[in-house]
Amino acid sequence: MTATTPIAAPGSAIGRVSGPSLWARLSQGSTVPILLVLAVIFVIWYAFTIYLNARWQFQVFDRAGAEFTAWEFIVGTMSQDRPVLPAPHQVAVELWNTIVGQNITSRRSLVYHAWITLSATLLGFLMGTLLGMGLAVLIVHNRATDRSLMPWIIASQTVPILAIAPMVVVVLASIGMTGLVPKALISTYLSFFPVVVGMVKGLRSPEFLQLDLLRTYSASRWQAFWKLRFPSSLPYLFTSMKVGVAASLVGAIVGELPTGAAGGLGARLLAGSYYGQTVQIWSALFMAAALSATLILLVGLVQRIVLARMGGQP
Amino acid sequence: MALAVDTSGPGAAPSAGTGRPVIEARSLGLTFETADGPVQALSDVNLTIGKGEFVSFIGPSGCGKTTFLRVVADLEQPTSGDIKVNGLSPEEARKARSYGYVFQAAGLYPWRTIEKNVALPLEIMGYSAAERRQRIARTLELVNLKGFEQKFPWQLSGGMQQRASIARALAFDADLLLMDEPFGALDEIVRDHLNEQLLQLWERTNKTICFVTHSIPEAVYLSTKIVVMSPRPGRVTDVIESTLPKERPLDIRETPEFLAIAARVREGLRAGHSYDE
Repeated sequence: MTATTPIAAPGSAIGRVSGPSLWARLSQGSTVPILLVLAVIFVIWYAFTIYLNARWQFQVFDRAGAEFTAWEFIVGTMSQDRPVLPAPHQVAVELWNTIVGQNITSRRSLVYHAWITLSATLLGFLMGTLLGMGLAVLIVHNRATDRSLMPWIIASQTVPILAIAPMVVVVLASIGMTGLVPKALISTYLSFFPVVVGMVKGLRSPEFLQLDLLRTYSASRWQAFWKLRFPSSLPYLFTSMKVGVAASLVGAIVGELPTGAAGGLGARLLAGSYYGQTVQIWSALFMAAALSATLILLVGLVQRIVLARMGGQP
Repeated sequence: MALAVDTSGPGAAPSAGTGRPVIEARSLGLTFETADGPVQALSDVNLTIGKGEFVSFIGPSGCGKTTFLRVVADLEQPTSGDIKVNGLSPEEARKARSYGYVFQAAGLYPWRTIEKNVALPLEIMGYSAAERRQRIARTLELVNLKGFEQKFPWQLSGGMQQRASIARALAFDADLLLMDEPFGALDEIVRDHLNEQLLQLWERTNKTICFVTHSIPEAVYLSTKIVVMSPRPGRVTDVIESTLPKERPLDIRETPEFLAIAARVREGLRAGHSYDE
């Protein structure tokens, strides 16, 4: 159809030629709902900015003894140095200044801190995923490990990570391990759990019929694992890895809190709260959220590619 | 009141019982221990199946027809009696790859193409890549699935998937084919078609086929021997040697000979039921 349809004359409706109009395509996808939610969030945020910063703003105007208009007041609540809640545009300016406005090797650069956290996250996620897969294989193939390991694995996640993290960092520092590894270990601790649970479920997902079939071929356990159990578990594994990578980032940030000024988004959050730099805290939070979203999207992308190559139904 | 089976009944098909029997069961029994007490799935089953026979097992649910097939395949262990497959124990026969098993559901691996699915047993049994290619081509042609090698299972209809699973069972050239209600989930037209193809396949390959079914016409149409079974306890109540010729067009199902055999099967099934109620 596209070959025979002449290019639209100026002034004719754009949508006629290129199939459904832009508006129709937008409203069918998730773009419009997402933008709508975003707009609502911004409205609420700005309203709270005015409300929460109002008291300080009154004091400022009081001390100056000046007359002020409503507009001046509103602008005032959104341009404080240390607001209770910074306005979105203040955070945006801070993000711009610390991401684009700084050399990325500078300690003032948010990219520099994000990379420190990201490297610990990735190492921890890698170790957590491998550990989780290994434990899942042990659990599925051995009744004794199933009974002995699973309760401990579940119990491990009931311990509050905020209480464990400083101890891990302090203990490891006393034996000379500092920097990346202690944080990565805390990430591992958080991210192996969803992988174990998902992978165990995935490895056990083949039906009896499938297992019987392999038995009629007298297949070994090793063959049953590689030909049937492992491929069956992949959709479960990827779903768990999405949860795991987000948990991993949380672990790395929590691991940075007790290390003080060593750098990373966690350190940035801590420094921000020491000095009342709420704008800095919020921009670090946004950076963490963006990292987390990107990591989940990347895992999702790998999932799509792998499952499509496994003949996934579109 | 189990019957000792007489394989040389009136009008026995000439294919029956040449040389060593493929399956020989002697007072075979299997009792499952369940929470509600023991369940006798098989009781005193005596059966001899010769090379090249097409044997149907028919009976209501719980009569042990599938269990019998699973015992032959070494998927269940009998609790009494004795069974030999090709003169070996079921376990030895399984390890010698003496049979191909076709389940109720096709059970193809969704992440493998049709040809890779057929390749599965060949990979496990360690055939070379060249040998695999050749066998895949041959068996897919046998079940009329040539041209679908690169398709994934979800791209095929239910009947085609089941044919692919038959190809998978045929790929490693076992002489015995065990089929557990392979066409049970398909509609009647597809089923007729597949039955016709199965008969052709049986004729061409000269395999021994054990076929579990719920359907009287299917059993009569396909078989040289029909084993009628009955539940609680699961046992054999009648063994009918078919007098139909080996050449069977679909309209043979309207002949008086066919109807007579079907009537005898139905009678056997009814007798088994009245025993219980």
